[in-house]
Amino acid sequence: MTIEKHSPGGIIKDVGSTTSNKTGSWRTFRPVVDTDKCTGCGTCERFCPDGSIVIDKKKRKAEVDYDYCKGCMICAEVCPVKCIKKEIEQK
Amino acid sequence: MCRSMSCKMHKKRNRTKIILKIRDKMVKKNMQILEGSRAAAEAVVLCKPALTVAYPITPQTHIVEDIAKFIADGKLTAKHIEVESEFSAMSAAVGGSAAGSRVFTATSSQGLALMNEVLFAASGMRLPIVMQVVNRALSAPINIWNDWQDSISARDSGWLQLYCETAQEVVDTTIQAYKIAEDNNILLPIMVCMDGFFITHTLEPVELPEQKNVDKFLPKYKPTHVFLDPEKPMTQGPFAFPKPYMEMRKQLSDAVDNSDKMIKKVHDEYAKTFGRKYGNGLIDEYKNKDKKTAIITMGSLAGTVREAVDAKDDISLVRIRSYRPFPKKELRKALKNADTVIILEKNIALGTGAGALYDEVRSTFYDEDGKKKILGVVCGIGGSEVTVEDVKDIAEISKKKKNGDIWWLMK
Repeated sequence: MTIEKHSPGGIIKDVGSTTSNKTGSWRTFRPVVDTDKCTGCGTCERFCPDGSIVIDKKKRKAEVDYDYCKGCMICAEVCPVKCIKKEIEQK
Repeated sequence: MCRSMSCKMHKKRNRTKIILKIRDKMVKKNMQILEGSRAAAEAVVLCKPALTVAYPITPQTHIVEDIAKFIADGKLTAKHIEVESEFSAMSAAVGGSAAGSRVFTATSSQGLALMNEVLFAASGMRLPIVMQVVNRALSAPINIWNDWQDSISARDSGWLQLYCETAQEVVDTTIQAYKIAEDNNILLPIMVCMDGFFITHTLEPVELPEQKNVDKFLPKYKPTHVFLDPEKPMTQGPFAFPKPYMEMRKQLSDAVDNSDKMIKKVHDEYAKTFGRKYGNGLIDEYKNKDKKTAIITMGSLAGTVREAVDAKDDISLVRIRSYRPFPKKELRKALKNADTVIILEKNIALGTGAGALYDEVRSTFYDEDGKKKILGVVCGIGGSEVTVEDVKDIAEISKKKKNGDIWWLMK
């Protein structure tokens, strides 16, 4: 491995670089949305601490971004129709 | 008129003449009789910081009281924040410096101890904050007299530490400190340390440099690495995984080690402009030519040792001005001919049986040919008195001691 030289104080000047760090691998539980039951109310979207679950504008259904979802399962907890299932991450 | 030296009238007239001569010299040099902390505050005004922060309660000194007054009087245009603790004081200083402004703060004793966590953030984020530290003892028992335990305990924080002998040196070092800290190759915070009471609460003749000369020496701060600009957002003090963290710590360590050249350079430049110098900027030697016994110390204690050196022919003084970075190379050079080295210090590295300076000086000479007798004396703890006679006695006692002996000056 090479020793890298950093900017003094480790200052990051290219904005939005956190997206390059995909945190999906931290997940133990995987939220799976039952699209038949989902009403597209958007409660999960508002509660997700990572902005990893959004309501698809066309389909009006919740969709999980598995690149960044850490599997905290808050979405399942808050879902009024209980359409999000908790599965154990297999990979 | 009588010309005899014993004549009372003649003596009196002579004394008046000397006083007038000193007064003329002071007027010519724009000198003033100032309390040490007032002089320190005046130096800060000359540096024109944009932000000053402080927690104003004991063990704080008059420094920030004077600065608050100067700002209220319109003598200094800066924002002064009075915070609710020293932890907040250093946090506000970090915020101000991260936003790209020249920042000043001062503290002492428990105040510095409370800042400890944020000290590491300031150096890790490479923010050129200048802080005047008034050296005072730490509790318990409660004591606010002078010793160096407070700043010595913060020696590993990544801050540069410069120890001053006089109020004049505090003025000069504060101005130099901003220039050193803000250099793009350094970017490190600096503590300007001065002994509580001995410097801060006594009156001394001090020459304040002229504002226009200071402006020329220390131009306006234009940060290129950190600033607050919505057009150019940045992340400061980010999270780092072990590998980049270790790499950044190494970079910080190298920056501290390599700052000695800059301290010397700025010191020399200052000496050229303002005509005052303190040794070579890192250490200050006094009558240290072909002497066999050398005394190493820091701060105002050096003044006492100077008197002892004047009175005794066989000892010399080497004052450490820059404690961080530690001037190993300079000490080796300065003490090449000495066979006895006595370290006088007002701190204890508890658990090692000696002061912090003792261990560092000893390790400096570990790989030297020809063993030196290195002795440690812990003195002046919690404001205990150290007189010229004591220093002379220590020099005498040292002849009977063997290498590695450490003792406390108890009276």
